[in-house]
Amino acid sequence: MSPKIERKHPVNALILGLLVSLGLWIAPQDSQAEYADVVINNYADAAGMRPAVFPHWFHRIRFRCKVCHADLGFQFKAGGNKITMAKIIDGQFCGACHNGEIAWSVENCAMCHSGIPGTPTHFHGSTLQRLIAPAYKPLDTKETAGVKYDENNQKK
Amino acid sequence: MNITARFTALALPALLAGSALLANAPALAAGAASAPAVSDANIFNRNLKKDAEVNPPPWEDGIHDPENEATHALQPPKEAYAGLPTTTFGNHIDWVKALDDGLLRPRWDRINSNEEPFVMDLDIVRPVKASMPDVVFPHRQHTEWLFCSNCHPAIFVPQKGANQISMSAILLGQKCGVCHGKVSFPITTASCKKCHSKAKPEGWSPPLSDATLKNPWK
Ligand code: HEC
Ligand code: HEC
Ligand code: HEC
Ligand code: HEC
Ligand code: HEC
Ligand code: HEC
Repeated sequence: MSPKIERKHPVNALILGLLVSLGLWIAPQDSQAEYADVVINNYADAAGMRPAVFPHWFHRIRFRCKVCHADLGFQFKAGGNKITMAKIIDGQFCGACHNGEIAWSVENCAMCHSGIPGTPTHFHGSTLQRLIAPAYKPLDTKETAGVKYDENNQKK
Repeated sequence: MNITARFTALALPALLAGSALLANAPALAAGAASAPAVSDANIFNRNLKKDAEVNPPPWEDGIHDPENEATHALQPPKEAYAGLPTTTFGNHIDWVKALDDGLLRPRWDRINSNEEPFVMDLDIVRPVKASMPDVVFPHRQHTEWLFCSNCHPAIFVPQKGANQISMSAILLGQKCGVCHGKVSFPITTASCKKCHSKAKPEGWSPPLSDATLKNPWK
């Protein structure tokens, strides 16, 4: 795709300049992607596949959060579910629907594996990510230290 | 940075680098060189980041690869959002209103499209020590989308007042911030009053801090 660098051709040099600057402009950390899009890239890059991109907006038009996060057991953590293709074809995670019954089937690799190579796992547009500096931690760090509760709601 | 400023800041040097290679473009190079030099350190907006485009199509959004053909088969959000009530933050869609108005019918069950959600209408008021209006946590809007076990007991003990919640915890992605700021509406000036929705009693004013009460210089 990228034009050959040919110094004799002014137009090419200009286009190159533009492409380089556009490339910088839309670099992942500065991306404009839809709020709540998740890039999942625990393993994909290493296996030579583009990272998977999961669009929340698209799925929440069709399903309530409960379907995925209660019934199908997706944890609230980007990359935290350790999704693999072996699990997907066994009907877990994305495979609970992308099976040719509820949604198109898994052979459409590039529909999910559509991320820019090298993009790390992240949640696009999160408030945390958009803060200029890390959020202020209160002096009382009881809760930020992560108080945990057991099944009976007693502090552990 | 607005789109033009940002574009100029990044594109101009590259363009100039490009044009410097050209013998036949001295006018451009000379014109730019004579512009007054305001240092980058004194740029008007040092930290403000504005979205250049709202709800861009996948192939322009910076995380999907436009070189991947299937990227162009994905739906652009704007197409799906046509006719839905809008907001100025997050997806720029008022998901609660869209659902209430019957403009969306997301399934509560993976397969059965007729199963109804288990909605509970219970508001929990959380008085706020600061000047902000008190927080009302509405179970109704939440149980339209979520199941009790999504929040209880991992995120919140189901008992009024039993959970210590602060704005900093929320901004760090804990408590309400597990979802708000990730998928549900984010934390930003225009959204504060969605949570801080109950006016303070008449005549309320914030308590003075100890440092003011004991100020030796006053
Ligand atoms: C419904 C969406 C979806 C489809 C379709 C899909 N994948 Fe994946 N795939 C994922 C997700 C999500 C992951 C986890 C990504 C990660 O963490 O890196 C993944 C991971 C992978 C991985 C790395 C992990 C592993 O299992 O070894 C490979 C390789 C892979 N996919 C190949 C494919 C191929 C080849 C196809 C087409 C036959 C395909 N995928 C179709 C969603 C999908
Ligand atoms: C079609 C399935 C699906 C639906 C519906 C869905 N999610 Fe998700 N959610 C996911 C997947 C997939 C991830 C990423 C998990 C991973 O990377 O392992 C995720 C991650 C999350 C996270 C983790 C954020 C973090 O901190 O990393 C939150 C919070 C979340 N979803 C909230 C919601 C809410 C709220 C709704 C309803 C409005 C919702 N989800 C609807 C599939 C879904
Ligand atoms: C609860 C069911 C469900 C789960 C789980 C699910 N999907 Fe989907 N997904 C759907 C449905 C339904 C569609 C729409 C299919 C159609 O257009 O026919 C869809 C469509 C998509 C699309 C295409 C969106 C577009 O623009 O057309 C992508 C990409 C996608 N899913 C990725 C994923 C990935 C990645 C996962 C796992 C992390 C996943 N999905 C898990 C139901 C699901
Ligand atoms: C989005 C998260 C969320 C969901 C989903 C949710 N709750 Fe709650 N619930 C809360 C919060 C927050 C409180 C207030 C806790 C506090 O004040 O410390 C609460 C409080 C409660 C209380 C205590 C009320 C009181 O007066 O002491 C009960 C009982 C309860 N929830 C039951 C449920 C049931 C039943 C469901 C499912 C139908 C449910 N909740 C779904 C977040 C949630
Ligand atoms: C498990 C995820 C989750 C948690 C935790 C959560 N919310 Fe929500 N909340 C949602 C979802 C999903 C919606 C639907 C609107 C949306 O997605 O923007 C919502 C909507 C709301 C609304 C309704 C706005 C309206 O337009 O009517 C308020 C108010 C609200 N949340 C406050 C809170 C407060 C306060 C807390 C913490 C005590 C909290 N939420 C915790 C997921 C969550
Ligand atoms: C998702 C819901 C939600 C949103 C959005 C939200 N808040 Fe809060 N806020 C809370 C809750 C819950 C508390 C804790 C109330 C309590 O003490 O129980 C709180 C507490 C506060 C406090 C008291 C100090 C503290 O940390 O406890 C201030 C000040 C505050 N919020 C300011 C803001 C501002 C400013 C915004 C908008 C940028 C905002 N809040 C947006 C839920 C929210």
